[in-house]
Amino acid sequence: MDSAIRTRDLRKIYNSNPPAGAVRGDASASAGKRNKAPKPQITALDGIDLDVSPGQIFGLLGPNGAGKSTTVGILTTRVRPTSGTAWISGLDVWSDQTTAKRQIGVVAQRPNLDFALTAREILLFHGAYFGLSSRERSERANALLDRFQLTDRADQLVRGFSGGMMQRMSIARAMMHDPQVLFLDEPSVGLDPQTRLLLWEIIREYNQKGRTILLTTHNMEEADSLCQQLAIIDHGRIIASGTPAELKASIPGGFLLRLRFGHHSAPLLERLATLPSVTEVRASGDTGADLYASRGGSLIPEIVNAAAAFGVELSDVHISEPSLENLFLHHTGRSLRE
Amino acid sequence: MNGKTFLALLARDVHVARRNLVPLLFQTFLQPLLFVFIFGRVMVGSGYLPAAYKSLLLPGIMAISMVFTGIWAVAMPLIAEFQFTREIEDRLLAPIAISWVAVEKVVAGLVQAVVAGLVVIPLAWIILRPGLELHLTNPLLFVCITLLVAGFSACGGLALGCSVDQQHIGLMFSMVLTPMLFFGCTYYSWSTLDKFPILQKVVLFNPLTYASEGLRATLVPQFPHLPVPLILVALAAFDVLLFAVGLRQFHKKAVS
Repeated sequence: MDSAIRTRDLRKIYNSNPPAGAVRGDASASAGKRNKAPKPQITALDGIDLDVSPGQIFGLLGPNGAGKSTTVGILTTRVRPTSGTAWISGLDVWSDQTTAKRQIGVVAQRPNLDFALTAREILLFHGAYFGLSSRERSERANALLDRFQLTDRADQLVRGFSGGMMQRMSIARAMMHDPQVLFLDEPSVGLDPQTRLLLWEIIREYNQKGRTILLTTHNMEEADSLCQQLAIIDHGRIIASGTPAELKASIPGGFLLRLRFGHHSAPLLERLATLPSVTEVRASGDTGADLYASRGGSLIPEIVNAAAAFGVELSDVHISEPSLENLFLHHTGRSLRE
Repeated sequence: MNGKTFLALLARDVHVARRNLVPLLFQTFLQPLLFVFIFGRVMVGSGYLPAAYKSLLLPGIMAISMVFTGIWAVAMPLIAEFQFTREIEDRLLAPIAISWVAVEKVVAGLVQAVVAGLVVIPLAWIILRPGLELHLTNPLLFVCITLLVAGFSACGGLALGCSVDQQHIGLMFSMVLTPMLFFGCTYYSWSTLDKFPILQKVVLFNPLTYASEGLRATLVPQFPHLPVPLILVALAAFDVLLFAVGLRQFHKKAVS
């Protein structure tokens, strides 16, 4: 059976400014001699391989500018890959665009609703673009407006909607033609907690109909509670993938203790690494150290003692339990929120 | 091509145009009709311009209405929809090749330009009569020229709409559309430029010149005008050229 989503060695280099929010940086001036002012070349994707089975909720997790939106852009025909291939249900997204577009529903990072239309009209015309009969269109539009709690605003122009309403409307529109694969780019950014829960419920419901969902997020909780498979992406590369549980289990020790001393030295760090149940110690800056271990709070007296033996005072400790946040930190040395 | 999707895209544009009908009417007809009133009625009535000028002016006014309506109807929504809100995205994701989305915009603009041209004739006639002499001797030629004019207007709108950013709309008017209007043989015929040989050559690069002269050739053939075969070839060439440029720009904007 074909994967719902598959990519092989997907690369994207922007020669001009990428769409807002798509890429964070790594700009390096190209050495083109013919151009008087060389255009900056920005590598957004650097060889992405994905395999998403049908019926899965798949999460693409990473900080802003990691390449999540560019990956979604390529998979949804909106961005042309520099090299590599992407398939949706076995269809080459670039060479088989029109057929591929039938398979997908897309919720962009920023609401891109048709401001000239009312909420209901947006759904009705969207259904018409996909060739639904007029009866099907109005039935589905009513059901979706109801499900997304938009019925009382259905006949107003969406121009005056709040951010949360626009976001709900974008998702309703993407589901209107009942696509096999639904893409949600940062779906819960800017939503209040209630609406976020409503959204998660709707995503799970849609998934239970056997549909595949790919969502991007930099929210750990969302990735952890919603997704069955995850890929962690940074600087245009996938740095880890698996189920949330597998990924969390891959963090050495599980617990992360972020320590801060008055100052530290290599012998101190070596000593810390020999403490029982400690699996890894990494220096972070001149005064900090990240310590991975299979226990948390009970280690602190031993750390304090070890430090005291070297004449160093422990000034701050932060303990976190096994989480995707720690995983990201472990692989990249940076926090997701940085 | 996917006919159902194409028609649905067209239906959406018709629906939006109908919703904005009143402002659309003012935008399309107010300026040309004021021109008709001042130049055709006041200036002729007060003796500054000969009575025959009424008939010479009407095809020019029709050309202006058509060209500006076509450009406006395609360019302005595109400029807005390609802005950061990316409103056009739902149509780019419709199951149809994106070139057809551009073609649909052109068809919608072309229809609006034809309507604008056909409505301006009776309106101008009401203001200008008596003394207006129209001789529509070749209806087929009239239809051909009207369609070609509407076509290059809508294609021009596509090319401009996909090349100009929102903050440069004002510049587009003063740098492109205004010179086009004044050097487009709209308020005078091409032959009256005999005393300005350089200008007479330069205006031949302006598609509006062929629109004005073409409509003159079919509505008021009693006045001197450019040869009809030249007009047809030039209009067709501008149609093809602007469509090709517009399509290329559309793809550039649509896919990153």
